[in-house]
Formats: sequence, structure tokens, C-alpha cells
Amino acid sequence: MTGHQLLFWIFAAVTCGGAIAVVLTQNVVRMAFWLIVSLGASSGLFFLLNADFVGTAQLLVYVGGTLVLMVFGVMLTASGPFSKMQTRPGELFLAGVVAFLLLGLLGSTVCSVDWERVVAATNDGHPVVDRQALNHGYNLPQEGNTGHPLGMAFLGIRPDRDLGVGSKTFSNGYLLPFEIVSVHLLVVLIAAAYLARAKRRVASDD
Amino acid sequence: MMPLIAANSLGEFVLESLPVNETVAFTIAALIHVVLILTFFGVAPLVFIWLERKVAGRIQDRLGPTRVGGRFGWLQTLADGVKLIQKEDLCPAEADRMLFRMSPYLVFVASFGAFIVLPFGNGFIVQNLEVGLFFMLALMSLEVLGVVFAGYSSGSKWALFGGIREAAQVVSYEIPMAICALVPIIATGTLNLVEVGYVQSGGFWNWLVFQNPFTFVAFFVYFTVATASVKRAPFDLAEAESELVGGFHTEYSGIRWSYFFMAEYASMFAVSGIAVFLFLGGWYDGLQIVESIDRALGLSSSGWLGQYIVNLIGLAIFITKGCGLVFFQMWVRWSLPRLRIDQVMTTCLKYLLPISCMLFLGATVWPLVIYSSPMSAKQTTLMAPMGNRVYNPKRTAVQPAADKNHSTTQSAPAAVNKEGSGEEA
Repeated sequence: MTGHQLLFWIFAAVTCGGAIAVVLTQNVVRMAFWLIVSLGASSGLFFLLNADFVGTAQLLVYVGGTLVLMVFGVMLTASGPFSKMQTRPGELFLAGVVAFLLLGLLGSTVCSVDWERVVAATNDGHPVVDRQALNHGYNLPQEGNTGHPLGMAFLGIRPDRDLGVGSKTFSNGYLLPFEIVSVHLLVVLIAAAYLARAKRRVASDD
Repeated sequence: MMPLIAANSLGEFVLESLPVNETVAFTIAALIHVVLILTFFGVAPLVFIWLERKVAGRIQDRLGPTRVGGRFGWLQTLADGVKLIQKEDLCPAEADRMLFRMSPYLVFVASFGAFIVLPFGNGFIVQNLEVGLFFMLALMSLEVLGVVFAGYSSGSKWALFGGIREAAQVVSYEIPMAICALVPIIATGTLNLVEVGYVQSGGFWNWLVFQNPFTFVAFFVYFTVATASVKRAPFDLAEAESELVGGFHTEYSGIRWSYFFMAEYASMFAVSGIAVFLFLGGWYDGLQIVESIDRALGLSSSGWLGQYIVNLIGLAIFITKGCGLVFFQMWVRWSLPRLRIDQVMTTCLKYLLPISCMLFLGATVWPLVIYSSPMSAKQTTLMAPMGNRVYNPKRTAVQPAADKNHSTTQSAPAAVNKEGSGEEA
């Protein structure tokens, strides 16, 4: 077992363990803590795959952003000192059904991948070094450094596809989805500001 | 070719110089890195807490510590540390035990993790990520979770109020902090702090704070917001001792309490380090003194030892600049009164946030204004990072910024020369 595999097993075990602890805990804030453990370890998995941008975004968005807001909400709304979550048997049954359906979907997806071809294509687990890409100033795949290519792709430029030797295509990147998501976020922000605005009382109504 | 020269990182260096396999080599390298950073992480708060007491004393016309360890009270913090370790590890009966015990570690780990990608000089970096700045900001935003958990799990009203205030404050101040950090990033076109450092080689007029009017203002906004984000006075509402006893750490004592403080002083240095890299020229001295001496003696061209000495001087310059900013934060703390919580929120949401948004917009438009003027017609390529389009460093650094194959994960003893790493390309 290489060190890489060992790290994978550690991170994977912590991710799964944290997720199970989230389900088994009754205390809401403790759930948030276990969620931190689980999401942090899954960002570690992204770093192991050399996807440094995605790993960092996972940390910033889910752990640093969403979870802080969740805990903040719990602290502001809790009536007792440590709020517990009571689940009814019906809810438990429904959640179990949804969870097992999702498990089935994920399982069937993983099983439908032709792993032998993947292993052959990636040179027995080691990524193939593209000498031509290297000469064009690209990094080795195992070095990570995905920030610049990702940013270019979001701007609608895919130099990794279009500038290769003999390439005649012109791919359009992700400019449109990126813009749609930006506009969507703007709409959500304005709506949130509208909902949270100070409600003025009009004197003439009373 | 000597193996010592061809190594690109400490891991590769160990792999090539010792008879071990890859896993063991990289474990050894990781351990060396962790020990070095942990030493810095421990020693820096020791010095800063002593400095804080000394600065506070001087500003209030007192002497500060004078007895422990000689005339200047050098060993005061060490004595305090020994006292804190001896104290009983208390956990209140009302508290949520698990969270109460875990939260100091959470704060500690978040603050410590930020140092993984902070370059201490040219080549002195644990992991040279391309998204280094992003990673640092992400990890430092985790620190608030530990504080909130500490406040919540203590089972005390004071601590709960401190935790809620901290959450509200940090969630709001993170936004202008990230936007202000992006303003110089627009000028350099890279999130990699080492490359941001290279761009600012040469004199102080090359520092990003003088790059354009927007970065100049952004420096002051960033520093204000960073002071708030590490909950220093005048923004230390989470631990306001005049109203909340001790704020979020009211119930903590002994070694767990000191973890919070180690993390606070270390993150003071971390945000100052980000400021030094984003605005104040990284490891360059600004008057080209080191560069002139280097050129006169031919140090960096004479092999890895000369290069190492130059890097070591850069390390000292960086740490001096960072400590200067930390000193400034202390100066502010003991000079200004604490704001009220509504004033803190108003400052952020009504003033700092719009200012930083305007700065961001201005910095985006600035290169277009400059480049549409006929005076500067420069060539650009698609492959070049944006930094080459808007900025040309006056003097190319030893390792050019655009050359990413060579500038990854370079580490202290393995100062690379061009022949060694040129061979593998």
C-alpha cells in the first residue's frame, strides 16, 4: 500500500465516519461539528486528487460558509440551552427510503464504469505524462495547479483543448453557465435583502 | 548531475539523497515541515504576547514586565505558559463536554493550517499551491467555527453572547476582506503568493500598494478588515471584557484557554503576512539593497549556498515586515476605544463593503484605461497569465513567475539551479 492509498483510506474513513455520526447524533450543534469533520475530510480527498481549487472551494463554501450560517441560525433560534432533534418513526422511514434509493443510484453508477479501461488509460493508476502539453507550458497533471485552466474555462477559453498540436476545434468553455449562475446569485441576494428589509409601518393605515 | 541540485522540493530531496522509498521520503519531508511551522507557531505568540504587554505598558505610561528573565522581562510569557499548563483543566457542569473540549483544537488547527501555504520567503513554503491565497482565506474562515462552538458549548450566557457576536461579525467582515484581497490579485493575475511576491521585485515603487490608486486604498481597507477578522480591538466584541466578562472564553482556563490565544496571535501574523505579500513587497526590501549586494558578490549565481543565503535574508525581511504590521495592530488596540456592536456592523456593511466593491470595480477597469491609452502598446499572449498583460516586473526574479514548472514546491535546502531542473523538461 502506498502512502497515497493510505491517505485515501484515512480520509475516506473519516468522511464516512463523520457522516454516520451526523445521522446518529441527536444534538443539532454536535451534528454541525460532525458535518465539519465529514466535509473537511472530503475536501482532503479532493486535494489527494490534485484538485486544489475544488478542495479549497469545498472548505470555503461548505465548511466556512454554510456551516457557520447553520450554527448561527441554531444559536439564534434555539429555545433551550442545547436543542435536541427528535425524529418520528415516519420521518425515519422516509429518510431511510430516500437514502437507500440514493445509495442504489450511486452504486449502480460506480458499477457501470468500465474500470479496466480506466486503469489501462491512466497507465496503471499513474497519469500519463503528455510531453507535448508540457512543452506548451502546462503542468504535470499530478502537480495540481488547476486555478488558471479553470478560470480560463469559466471565461469561455479552453486552451487545453484548442491549442494542442493538430487541433482544429473551438470549444466554448463554461461562459454561459457561469453567467447564468452569477445572475441567479444576484437575484437571490436581492430577494434576501428584500425579505430581510426593515418593515416600515405606514401611519395612515392605522 | 548532482541529486542535491535537481530536487524541486524537500520531499524529492529526501527521496534522492536517502535510501528510502517514496512514501517514507514524503513522510519525512512532511514531518520536517510540520516541526518547523509548529516551532514558529509556538515561538511567535511567545514573542508577540511579551511585545503586547510591553507596548500596552509604554502606551499607558507604565513599564510593562520588567523582572522575569532580566531587565526587559523577556521570559514573562514563558512563565505565564508554565503557569497555564499547571492549572486544572476545568469543564463546567452545564457545558456540552465534547464540543467544549474540541473547540480549542478546531481554532488551533484552522489557524495552523493557514501557515501551510504562507511563503516565509523565496522558496520557504510548505506547499506552493496555485490557489494559495484562496486556501489561506478558506482555512482562516474556519477559525470562527471553533469560537462559535466554544461560546455555545460553555453553557454560559456570557459565552453565548460572545459566540453570537463573533459569528455575526466574522460572517460580515469576511466579505470585504476577500474582495479587498482580490484587488491586488487583479493586478497580478495569480492567486499563488510566491508569484505575487516575484511580481514585486525591485524597488518599493513596484510594490502592489503603489500599483494603482485602488490598491493603495485597498491596503488600508484590508488592514482594517483583517484586524476585525482576527477579533482585535477596536473590534474585539466577542471577548469584550468590560461587558461580557471574558466573552466566548469565559469558562475556559489553563492550557485550553492558551490554545485560543496562541491561535489569535498566530492569525494576527497570518493576516499581516497576507498583507505583506499582497501589498508590501513580500520578501523584497524595497530599496534594492539585497539585490545590489547579491549582484555585486554574485551570490545567487554562485550555486545553491549563495542562493540559500539570499533567501534567508528575504525570510528575515518578510518576518520583520509581518511583525511590523502586528506591532501596528497592537498600537491600534491600546489607542482606540472599543466600538459598540451596532457600530461594528455599520462600519462593515454600510462603509467597508461598498468601499471594497468600488475598489474592486475600479481595479478591474484600471488596466483597460491604461491599455487603451496610446502610450503603452504591449504585446500579450493567450497563454500568458494576466499578470504579464498588465504588469512587467522591472527585474526578472531568479525564477521567473510565469515559469510554473520550476516554481512549484520549492524548498529550503534544495535551492534549484536552472541546469538541474532544465534537464527533466
